[in-house]
Parts: sequence; C-alpha cells; structure tokens
Amino acid sequence: MTGQTDRLIRRGFVLTGIGLAGLAAMYVMALQFTPTEARQGLAQKIFYVHAPAAWSALLAFGLVGVASAAYLWLRDPRLDRFAESSAEVGIAFSLIMLTTGPLWARPIWGTWWQWEPRLTLTLLLFFLFLGYRGLRASLTDPSERARFAAVVGVLALFLVPFVHLSVYLFRTIHPQPIVLKPSAPSLPWGMLRTLLVSIGVFTVLYLGLVTVRYGLATRDDEEARHV
Amino acid sequence: MTEYLRAVAAIAGKDLRAELRSRTALVATTTFAGLVLVIFNFARDPGLVSKEALAPSVLWVTVAFASTIALNRSFAVEREQNALDGLLLAPVSRSALFVGKYLANVAFVGFVELVTVPLFVLFFGVELGGHGATIYGIVLLATLGFVAVGTVLSAMTVRTRVADLLLPVLMMPFLVPPILVGAQATTRLLGGRPMAEIIGWVRFLAIYDLVFITLALMLFPALMDE
Repeated sequence: MTGQTDRLIRRGFVLTGIGLAGLAAMYVMALQFTPTEARQGLAQKIFYVHAPAAWSALLAFGLVGVASAAYLWLRDPRLDRFAESSAEVGIAFSLIMLTTGPLWARPIWGTWWQWEPRLTLTLLLFFLFLGYRGLRASLTDPSERARFAAVVGVLALFLVPFVHLSVYLFRTIHPQPIVLKPSAPSLPWGMLRTLLVSIGVFTVLYLGLVTVRYGLATRDDEEARHV
Repeated sequence: MTEYLRAVAAIAGKDLRAELRSRTALVATTTFAGLVLVIFNFARDPGLVSKEALAPSVLWVTVAFASTIALNRSFAVEREQNALDGLLLAPVSRSALFVGKYLANVAFVGFVELVTVPLFVLFFGVELGGHGATIYGIVLLATLGFVAVGTVLSAMTVRTRVADLLLPVLMMPFLVPPILVGAQATTRLLGGRPMAEIIGWVRFLAIYDLVFITLALMLFPALMDE
C-alpha cells in the first residue's frame, strides 16, 4: 500500500517536471516564435500565462465541486482527498491568475484592478477556497471534515453562475472571449497555437501537482490509521 | 406531512421563544446594525460623497454584516450543553431540523432588517417615494436565499474553534450576488425609476433563493450524520 503511494507521488513529480519543462519551452515559444500583438506589444505575452492559469484554476475548482458532489453520494475517501488536493492547486493557480492580470491591466487598461466578471469570480473563488482550507484545517474528525468540505465544494460550484451573471450585469471591460465563442476563433493562428500549447502545459502542471498532493494526502491518511 | 410541519414548528418555535425570552441577541444585533449605519455616515467626506449616493450601499452592507453576526449564533446556542445531540436524537428528520432552524433565522434576520430599514431612512434622509414596503420586500427576498446558505455554513463552522472567523469568510462570497443585485434595485427605486427596470433584478434574487434553498435542504442532512 505504502509502496503504491510512493510510486504515485513519484509519478506526480515526474508529471510536474514535464509540466515545468513544457512551461520553459512555452516561454521560448511565446517570446521568440509568436507574433507580437500590434497594439499591446510585449505586454500581451503575459496572456500565455494568465489565460491558461485561469483555465487551470477554474478546472481545479470545478473538479472540487464535482468530486464533492460525488463524495456526498458515494462517501469514498479518495474523492475527498482529490477534492482537497484540487482545491489547494486551484488556490495556487488562481494566485497566478490574480497577479498576472493586474500586471497586464496596468499598461493596457490603465488601471491595476477592474471589477470585471471573470476577475471578480476568480477572486471570490480564491477567497472562498481559502475559507474551505481553513474549515478543513480546523476540523479534526476525518469523516466530519470530508462531509463539511464537500458541502462547501458543492455550494461553491453553484455560486459560480450567480457571481458571473450578477457582475456581468454590473458592467464589464474585460477582453471578450476570442477562442471559445460561437463564431470561429479570431485569434491569429500563430498566437492561438502558443495559447493552446500553454493551456496544455498548464493542464499537465495541474495534473502533476494534484497527483503529488493526492499522494501526500493518501500518505497522511495511511499514517493516521497506523497511529 | 403534518408530523413534519409540527417538528418544523417545534424547532423554529423553541429558537424564537428562547430569543424572545432573553432578547440579548436580538437587541445586540439590532444595535449593531444601527451602529454600522452610524459608522458609515462618518466614514465619508460629506463634501465629496452625499448621503443619498451612498445610501443603497450602506443599507446592503449593514444587512450583510448584521445577518452574518446573527447566523453565527444559530448553532452556537445548540453547542452549549450539547443541545444539538439532543436534537439529533429526537425522532425528527434532518430536513425538518434544517427548515426549523432556517425559519427561525429568517425571522430573526427579518426582524433586524425591519428595524434597520426605518433607521436607514432616518439617518440617511432617504426619500422612499412610497417604495418603503418594496425595498423591505427586496431585502427579505435576498434574505431568504443567503440565510439558507448561512444556516448550512453556521452548522459547520460551529464545530470548529474559530467559528466566528470562518463563518464570515465562507459566507461573504455567497453574499456578493444578492447584495450586488439588491443594491442595484434599491438605487433604481430610490432614483424614482419605474418598477419595470428592477423586475429583472427581482427575478435574479428569486432564482438565487430557489437554487440555494433547494441545495441547503439537500446538503444539510449530510452535515448531521454520524
């Protein structure tokens, strides 16, 4: 059992390593082999970190919600460990998204911060999942911790459309979707290619980090059982 | 069904009776709401921001703070002398337990709001223009939804040693949509805009209520199993 967990953690590290190597390659690709945006200049390059980090963060939080709902149904501790791991990795990715966003916004929008739906949503999820972590950390009974955390995970999933819609109705100046929209993507192929690569890289990083974190959580549970 | 309703009434009734007998929490929360209004008035430069411009935000932030404080005690009172164990041992379904606690919380918060709205009108010199009842109605509509979430969250945070810190952190994100929408609707009503302009916001609040009351009903039993 323990050997299996160690192998899982090692596999997670390998996957994370591949992700980091991919990240380095993606930087080179974005800076050297991708056309520079005509009006935004170099500032636009941060897009290749910002957008995929946002993707990974939302993927992470979305999967927490799905795993939480599944946990309440099946009561499988693996789902709880996965939710815990994915939440933490999501916090890390949303922090990347929240720091790269203002860095880009300052020269382009002329302001560090703007109350815009996607930004607000990520910020609120970031705060909410810090609370989720706080709740987990302050509960000692494993079954209680798993059930309570799962309830927060499901509630968070349902909060997403409400926050997005309400802030959208408030007003928005965020660049509109340029890839995932009903008509064909309007991003030039050179840029789209880099974006797709970076999304792939960030997904691998997500998988690697979650695998490591999941392995560590498994090990904690095993140790708790032996004591 | 009647058995279920009787259980709900018994639980809500005991909470409200306990509240009315001591009145400490009710008076303290209402006073707190009044003080938040006072602080808001002085936390602005009267030359730059007029009372009227700030009024809708003041009302909604006060409602948010006061209800978070109020919800904190919903399950805190059950923790003393392990009263919750007694409730769980009673032959009452978990969902009836939730509905009872929820209704008591709605009544509690609704009462605090009933005092807050006139105080707000008094302190901020707001011209209601005959919309007083509508504004209170919108506040109540928003309350129905976020108190459902808050009741579930407070049942969880009370089991930790940092309940009074964790509840606001977990609760605030859920307060954002109803407060944003409520403040927009209030601004329009106070600005004398036609009702047709706020009907969309009201519908948003109703959907929020529907979704989160349903979720709370479904999720609450999972908090109470042993």
